Amino acid sequence: MSTGRRPRSGLPRPRLPALRGFYWLMLGLLYLPIVLLFVFSFNSNTTLSFPLRGFTTDWYEKLFATPALLGSIRNSLTVAVGSSVAATVLGTMLAILLSRFNFRGRNLVAGLAILPLLVPYVVLAVALLVLFTVLGVDRSLLTVGVAHSIVALPYATLIVLARLIGSEPQLEDAAMDLGATYPGTLRLVVVPMAMPAIVSAWITAFTVSFDEFALALFLAGRDQTFPVYLIGQLRFAQSLPILISAAVLLMTGTLTLIVIADRIRRR
Amino acid sequence: MTVGAGSNPGAPTGLGVRPSRAPDPRRLTFLALALPAVAALALLIVVPLLFMVALSFRPDLRGELLSPFVPTLKHYEQVAETFSYWRLLGISAGMAAIVAFVATAAAFPLAYFLAFRAGRRAGLYLILLLVPFWTSYLLRVMAWKLMLGTEGVINSGLSSLGLIDEPLDALLYNRNAVVVTLIYVWIPFATLPILAVLGRIDIRLHDAAADLYSSPWQQFRRVTLPLAVPGLAAAFLMVFIPTVGEYVTPLLVGGTGGSMFGNIIQDFFVRAANWPLGAALSVIMLATTLVLVVVGLRIVKPRRLLGI
Repeated sequence: MSTGRRPRSGLPRPRLPALRGFYWLMLGLLYLPIVLLFVFSFNSNTTLSFPLRGFTTDWYEKLFATPALLGSIRNSLTVAVGSSVAATVLGTMLAILLSRFNFRGRNLVAGLAILPLLVPYVVLAVALLVLFTVLGVDRSLLTVGVAHSIVALPYATLIVLARLIGSEPQLEDAAMDLGATYPGTLRLVVVPMAMPAIVSAWITAFTVSFDEFALALFLAGRDQTFPVYLIGQLRFAQSLPILISAAVLLMTGTLTLIVIADRIRRR
Repeated sequence: MTVGAGSNPGAPTGLGVRPSRAPDPRRLTFLALALPAVAALALLIVVPLLFMVALSFRPDLRGELLSPFVPTLKHYEQVAETFSYWRLLGISAGMAAIVAFVATAAAFPLAYFLAFRAGRRAGLYLILLLVPFWTSYLLRVMAWKLMLGTEGVINSGLSSLGLIDEPLDALLYNRNAVVVTLIYVWIPFATLPILAVLGRIDIRLHDAAADLYSSPWQQFRRVTLPLAVPGLAAAFLMVFIPTVGEYVTPLLVGGTGGSMFGNIIQDFFVRAANWPLGAALSVIMLATTLVLVVVGLRIVKPRRLLGI
């Protein structure tokens, strides 16, 4: 300060190699356990400890010979498809409402749409369990799906909303000046323009559901979703390697989906 | 607010209903969109929470859940008198606060790096950071168990190196293990809101600060940090809320001594089957969370964060 020499302008300058180092250190810590899972899913030892014994694909073969596990994955897929479609449709409707209309209660609707983000899952699970009991609906994949639609709704709404807010309303004005009805404008202008966000919202909702267990533990009936099955099986040490190989496979699938979603959103 | 970070060019301008040109041609569309959406929100979010509150005033579970009953405060009285519930609520809130604070503190330098230092590779670096978050939560918790257990990677690794004779058993099945696991799980996620805020900071503000002879440290402390506060608060809340209601991670890595408030709620619904008491505990947890959120939102100002 006392020298009076003007510091270089622009971003705060010092290179701060510590920042870069911290980033890579964190990355290492975050990946280490995941890499270990990969390694152990190919390790022939039945317990998950060092030293490694040898390479095997046995666990993956056994995985495809375990019907209960495969069934739970199928259940998870069913729930994820259903709930993500519901959440995306509802979220898109809400995003159009919130970005294109001024109405009384707009803030209330916006608040309700993001409320599931603010309620701890265990409370939401309790509330839904009470609701379904009152309605006389037995616990099943359907009840899990409803719960997942609700928790995915804020994500879907916000993703589509961000796109709609960032877009120019002049296009819609032009469409209507050219004689399009308002529903026609929505169908021909607004929805196509928001489509990347809608697809991204759908994939996000899908992965939220596929990974979810806090609600599913409360609401699943006899048909378990994969995470619920996983939690139930964790007690049995001998099934652990198979579970890990299943989880590694699913992780690869989820990641592929997410990378696709990211590509689409950036388009 | 502090220094304005520039207005939002994408702010909604011509979005509202056109001024008083009745009848609005969009009215039918509005109703077609609003009625099902609002009905769904009401049925799936408002009604269940109201039912839960109603259940907490119900004396017992005899008869139909909806049958008329004389409301009672006895479950709340029982909760109020049971010190261990409050203690566990306090512990859970404290654990969530620690997890949220540490995760936010660790995420801040990461977000700062991505926003200002990563250069053209920032996008790639961000994805690399998020991949672990996108990996199955259970899988990551399982991985921690593998790392920390008595026969786990750390212990078996250390003993095969001859560094320890007895396995370290303090690593797993206690509250610390729960806290460490949750911090680990949340760090990538906490980066996102901070990054969103840092990315909106007008670079010219740094120029201005530099023109006014501020040192880099002063620029950070008096420009960057104040502007980052909403993002930091959002990150804290986005970790705190799910963490305070946790009950699965404690089941997996917490053992008997590591349970949280969510675990007793789950117990009353699953094992003990005392739903009204469990509902009362849920209401208390919801109220606690929402109060903290309202306080937090004062700081966050979500509209700024979203750029609406």
